[in-house]
Amino acid sequence: MAHIQLNNELPGIVGLLHYSPETAKPLNDLAEVLLVQENSLTRGEREMIASSVSYWNDCHFCHSSHGAAAANLLKQPVSFLTEIKKGFPGTEISPKMCALLNIAKHVQQGGKNVTEEDIRKAREAGAVDKEIHDTVLIAAAFCMYNRYVDGLATWAPKEDEAFMPMGQMLAERGYRATTP
Amino acid sequence: MPHINVDKNLPGIRSLMAFSPETATPMGELANLLLRTNEGMSMADRELIAAHVSYLNDCFYCQQSHGAIAVCYLDGNHDLVEQVKRDYTHAAISDKLKALLVIAGSVQKGGKHVTPNQIENAKNLGATDRDIHDTVLIAAAFCMFNRYVDGLAANTPTDLSTYPLRAKQVAEKGYGNHIFSSKQPVPENEKI
Repeated sequence: MAHIQLNNELPGIVGLLHYSPETAKPLNDLAEVLLVQENSLTRGEREMIASSVSYWNDCHFCHSSHGAAAANLLKQPVSFLTEIKKGFPGTEISPKMCALLNIAKHVQQGGKNVTEEDIRKAREAGAVDKEIHDTVLIAAAFCMYNRYVDGLATWAPKEDEAFMPMGQMLAERGYRATTP
Repeated sequence: MPHINVDKNLPGIRSLMAFSPETATPMGELANLLLRTNEGMSMADRELIAAHVSYLNDCFYCQQSHGAIAVCYLDGNHDLVEQVKRDYTHAAISDKLKALLVIAGSVQKGGKHVTPNQIENAKNLGATDRDIHDTVLIAAAFCMFNRYVDGLAANTPTDLSTYPLRAKQVAEKGYGNHIFSSKQPVPENEKI
């Protein structure tokens, strides 16, 4: 049960967005710019970063919903959610994406954990300023969304399969569409 | 030195917002909604939570900036702000705010650290659902802002006298893109 009376039965952050529609707007606008808008990183890659950070933060709802969005965008089956948890052992990941995931991991641990070396490796793999900026902000933003969702103890479906329709909806309609 | 090429004349998050105005806009809106209202919790209480979480995240720029904004709302009571940042248990603040700071401290560690006991205690001391919601989201948002600033190694002024000048801008006009698009305040002794 959630820590506060949400007056709705919606899962995860969706219940919170409906409880507080004023803050829902900038929260969704930020997700839309970071995860949906045209960018040199594909939408699938950005959702992989979002889902990975959420898994590292132990946020089941965010890991699964953004994992499902990534699976939909990358035409992967539901097992892709497990692949994200394991760090993509069976997925072909570009060296640039690998370096950006490493930066995201360090952001998740704390901003100061990002080293000059992390940035140098990303640049050597071809990452430009905007990609480094966006990776850091996606990782940072999910350190917010994850805490919002779990800090208020929202509920979430258990099974990975249950998230696939949500992933499809996010892939097709983006985040602004979910603003109440 | 910042990890990416940003305007060297802008400090902290201001330089990052100028680098990426599209993401700056929703971040500024969120900050205004969470920190610029006296509904339930005062603006001073909200900034104290922001400063405390930034202190726990060891983000020098954010804890100094939001501490200085709290000082503006607390008639210059710098000592109180410093005490809340470091050890609020002995600070002259309400028990309700102390209970909310406990929740904020748990959120900083991770969402699942918030316990039903902490929530019940805050409610018994008069916290409403809205107060608890806002506390959790303020603490969560600063886990973002702090990581954004330090994760990109944004410029952090070490001259503490510059923070109250920028704080005054926010206390007067709120958050938003004006904090990087308008002229940055200059200390009296550096004015030409």
